[in-house]
This record gives sequence, C-alpha cells and structure tokens, in this order.
Amino acid sequence: MSALQKNRADLSARLGADVPKAVGFTQHARARAMARLQAMGLPHGRDEYWRYTAPDLLNGAVPNLGAQHPQGQLGAALGPLVLTFCDGVFDAAASSDLALEGGQITLLSTATTDLHFAQDIYGSLEERGQTPVARPFAALNTALAQEGVLLHITGKIAQPILLNYVAKAGQSDVILHHCIKLDSGAEATILEQGSLGARGNLVIEVDMAAGSALHHIRSQTSDDAALAVTHFFACLHANAALKSFTLCAHGRLIRNETVIELVGDNAVAHVAGASLTDGPDHHDDTIFITHQGRSCESRQVYKNVLKNGAVGVFQGKILVRQSAQKTDGYQISQSLLLDGDSQFLAKPELEIYADDVKCSHGSTSGAIDDTALFYLQSRGVPRAQAQALLVLAFMAEAVGEIASLDLAEDMRAQIEAVLQRSRL
Amino acid sequence: MLEIKNLHVKLQDEDKVILRGVNLNIGSGEVHAIMGPNGSGKSTLSSVLAGREGYEVTAGSALLQGAELLEMEPEERAAAGLFLAFQYPVEIPGVGNMTFLRTAVNAQRKARGKEEISSGDFLKLVRERAKTLKIDSDMLKRPVNMGFSGGEKKRNEILQMAMLEPKMCILDETDSGLDVDAMKLVSEGVNALRDAGRSFLVITHYQRLLDHITPDVVHIMAAGRIIKTGGPELALEVENNGYADLLAEVE
Repeated sequence: MSALQKNRADLSARLGADVPKAVGFTQHARARAMARLQAMGLPHGRDEYWRYTAPDLLNGAVPNLGAQHPQGQLGAALGPLVLTFCDGVFDAAASSDLALEGGQITLLSTATTDLHFAQDIYGSLEERGQTPVARPFAALNTALAQEGVLLHITGKIAQPILLNYVAKAGQSDVILHHCIKLDSGAEATILEQGSLGARGNLVIEVDMAAGSALHHIRSQTSDDAALAVTHFFACLHANAALKSFTLCAHGRLIRNETVIELVGDNAVAHVAGASLTDGPDHHDDTIFITHQGRSCESRQVYKNVLKNGAVGVFQGKILVRQSAQKTDGYQISQSLLLDGDSQFLAKPELEIYADDVKCSHGSTSGAIDDTALFYLQSRGVPRAQAQALLVLAFMAEAVGEIASLDLAEDMRAQIEAVLQRSRL
Repeated sequence: MLEIKNLHVKLQDEDKVILRGVNLNIGSGEVHAIMGPNGSGKSTLSSVLAGREGYEVTAGSALLQGAELLEMEPEERAAAGLFLAFQYPVEIPGVGNMTFLRTAVNAQRKARGKEEISSGDFLKLVRERAKTLKIDSDMLKRPVNMGFSGGEKKRNEILQMAMLEPKMCILDETDSGLDVDAMKLVSEGVNALRDAGRSFLVITHYQRLLDHITPDVVHIMAAGRIIKTGGPELALEVENNGYADLLAEVE
C-alpha cells in the first residue's frame, strides 16, 4: 500500500460511514474542502511536513479527557466579551450578550444566509494555505466544523473578545472554525483560553483589510491530556498589523500551525509562542509566512521549555516572493532543556526570491545557567523559585510581543502557575 | 560570628585538593581581610562558604552563629545571614534588577517568618540606598548586571548587601576591575554598613582596598592554609615585600 493509499484508508476510518451533509452558506466550501481532503488523505508519518510530529495520535481514537486545570479569566481586568463553547457547543448561559458595538457576532451554526460576509472567507484562506504545503487537518476542519464564531469587525473595539473553551465530556471530538473579518482601519483583540475537548481541531481564518489591527492572545494551558491541531490563517492587506501570541502547556500533543500572507505593502505580522512541555508530551509550532507586498515586516519568536523527555518542534518558514522588496523578516526559536532527555527539533527555512531583503533567523538550545541559578540562590531565593524566575526570563522576549501590559501580566501569572503545578 | 575549623576542600570532579585545613574565627562586628597569592584558595573559601557546586568538603566545619553552614542549601545560608559579594557578578538577561532585588528581599523575609515588604516601602528603600551608591534608576530597571560596567556591577553587589542586611559579609576581590573612584565609592558603601552586629571578610590581592576598608585582622593565605595572622600592618608588609618572604618563612 502506498503512503497516499494508507492516508486515504486512515481518512475513511476517521470519517466513518456518515459524512454529514452540508447545508447553508458554507455548503460549497465544505464540499470543496472534503474533495481536497479526499485527494490528500490524512497526514502520515512519512509526510515531510510531519516528520518531527507523528500524526498517529491525532488520527487514532479520541482519548479520554485529561485532568482540567481551572484558571482565572484571561484579560479579566479588561472586562472581555465572553463566548463560551462547552465541548464545542456554544453555551449561551455562560456567554455575554452577542451585541457588539463596532462589529457583529454570528454563530456558524445559525448563519445561513448566502450573503453573509463569511462566505468569502470560510474555507478560502484555508484553501490558499494548502499550497505549497498540504494541511489536511485544516481541510477536514472546513469540511466538518460543528460550530464557530463569525466576527465582522467594523470599528475600533477596545473590549477584548474572549473565546472561552470548556471541556467536560469524556471523549469529545471538537471541530471549531472561526472567521474574522476586519474592515479598513478596524481594530480588535481576540483572546482564547481553555481546552477545546479531548481532541480538538481549530481553524481561525482572519481577513485584515488595509490599516486594520488585530491582537490575538491564546492560552492552551488547561488540559493534561489533550490532543489538538490548530490552524491560524491570516491575510494582511496594506498597513495591516497582526500580533499573535500563544502560551501552551500540558496537552499530550499540540500542533499549532500559523499561516500568514502579507499581501499588501507595509503590513506587519508578529507571531510568538511560549511553551512548557513535560514528557512524554509533544509540542509543535509550525509557521509559514509569505511576503508578497513591499516593505512588510514579520517576526517569529518561539520559546520552548522542555523537561522529562518532552519533545518540542519548530518548523518556521519565511517565503519572500519576488514582489516583496524591502522585506524585513526575523525568526528566532529557542529551547531551554531542563534535562538531558528532552529534545528540541528546529527546522528554520528561508526561501527568498526578492533581492532587496533583510531576513535573519536563529535557533538555540541550552540548559538553565547554573551560575545564574547559584547567584539567585546565594541571595536567598529558593532553588525552585530561582528556576521559575529564569524560565520567565527565558520567555520574556516572546511574552514581550503582547502589546497589552494587563494581558502580558496574565500570561506571566499563568506561566508561574504552570511551573508550580508541574514543578518544571 | 563565623567559626571555620580545619576546613579541607577538594574539587568534586578532580583529585585536586585546594583547602588544607583552614581555621578562622571572626567575631561579631569585626572586619577580617584575607590576602594571598593567586591560587592560594581564597576564592574557593568564599565559594564553599556560599555553597557553590563543584567542591567537596572532606573535613572540617563552618559555623555561622553556631549553625553549620556546610549542611545548608545556598538560599538557607543567605537566610541565615551570609552574603557573598561576587568577584564576577552574574549577568541575568530577562530578569529586571528591581524584580531580582525584591524577590531576594521577600524570599529572605519569608524564610525568617516575616511578611513580604510592600511595593511602596520597597521602592522607597531601594531608591534611598541606591542613591548613596550612585546607582541611577536606569540601572535598577535594566536586567541584572546586563550592560553594567565593572564598577557598576560591584556597586550593584553592595546595593544587594545593603538591601538584604546580612550579618556576615564576604567580599570576594571586590576591588578587582575598579578604578580609584569606584573603589572609594564601594568602600564607602561597605563602611556605611559596618556595625557591631555585622562582620566582614574581605578577600583581596592588594593592600589598596584596605586603605579604605580598615580591617581589624589580616590573614595571609597560601597553599590552602592561613599561614600568618596579624593586624593591618601585615597588609602593608605584603604590599612592600610581596609574598615571597612570608612563604619562605613558612617553608
């Protein structure tokens, strides 16, 4: 059996007999996505893009839900508008009123009109993101998404919108798909926290018109055994600015893919991640940034703390098309290995066709600095606390990518909580 | 205050013996100086007292106010009142100097069963003590020792000492890398902390520092032992004649 046949066999098993029949405005997008998915099959261990992260766990049976770690509300100081999804189902009782000044919120399950703005977005960024690298789980998501938020931002919204995921059921298999459209000059802050389910598949598609700005801050720290694949697709037009930060801890296998197209001139995209992974867990950040417009800036800042035989993966690519003169690209991936058993696998890639470009990348792996640890201890700071302080310091550059001081402080507090919990 | 008895130390990973029976008694409020040629074991003594890894104590004891230091973790030694001003203060990227100071002060207060200091009180205290050491607010904001000059790093050590208010201070070659003005500033900082309840052990190569910080007792260390003990005049003797005569006397 060839690899592709094997992938398709896996897919048939995964989909089972009854592929749900699509209705409403997403109908065609879903059908096309299913066709894409049928053509590519599910990822396989021999796929180059899955070389460092075995997809077997994601393709297999849905596991039991792990222990949940309750956390305070992200951005509580800013009074966010909360949208709660419990095991992938919208929970109106645990959510705010959907009325939003400067924008509209609709649920995927109730948006049926053919004229909906999301029609142009749903599945289309994902579809473009399939080239040059196949992302079968994203296609699967478009085809089968159960719920999601369709967010149309028309003005500048100071109040953050919090997507709050709660997992309760034993073996929930959750597929959520959000679409966000920012009009010209619009601004928003989107927060995500919690665990999608025992197995989660999340796609976010973001279309950013000229001069719009989006802050995206995500915390994936609440679940001990989760399996999750997420895709964040964003398309930035001229002068648009995106900042995205993800904190990840616990979770059996988490792969976060970020796919960004800088289409207009002078667009700026900063993506950052901090992860704390305890063995045998596995964490993967896969980034693909395409520069097409002139004078765009992109930054990738990823920090991984690994312990007890944990594996961290970073695949980060910057593609600079010929049209993208004056590109400024930066990429750094670093790991802090707290023991000799853990591994950090980094694959930085630059592919550049323009000739007037500034691009730099770096990757390092190291241990805790014993001298710094002793220095702190000699000042009376207990070893565990000193280590936590050094871990926070290691992550500072990534956390520093969060513009809001309140949200950055929330993230630091969450990192400290994870450190206390897991005695990393 | 500090009572070191027959201290023998070797390197953990090598068969290299460094301290061969150090005996030292520092009374409350006293300032002792240890001088000695390179490789005599001065810095090892300070490292072992502070609890740095990599050394093995093969015999002896070191009591701080009656408590055995050698059995404690480094942070416990600090909480017991020991402070080592490093010869090479460590740079810690990403940790703000202010955060570092507050964490240290609060950790020690906690270890001593006291409440954490409020941010307001801490800020007031740190500003006041920084000012006398000519440490500006920029140095307090920067990551610990990052981008500090040699003199700034040593002043920062003394600031930590002033904030932590230890009982037994060890200054490991605090004069190294300092110009005349910086040495004066650091010495003034140290002298301001001298009192009846606080003792100092000043480790140095040169007599110069002892012009500013006058010791009560001077010890000469060589080949892992204290070979001679005297008053401040002993330091002058070394300055004038070098170590050769003293070493010859012993041999």
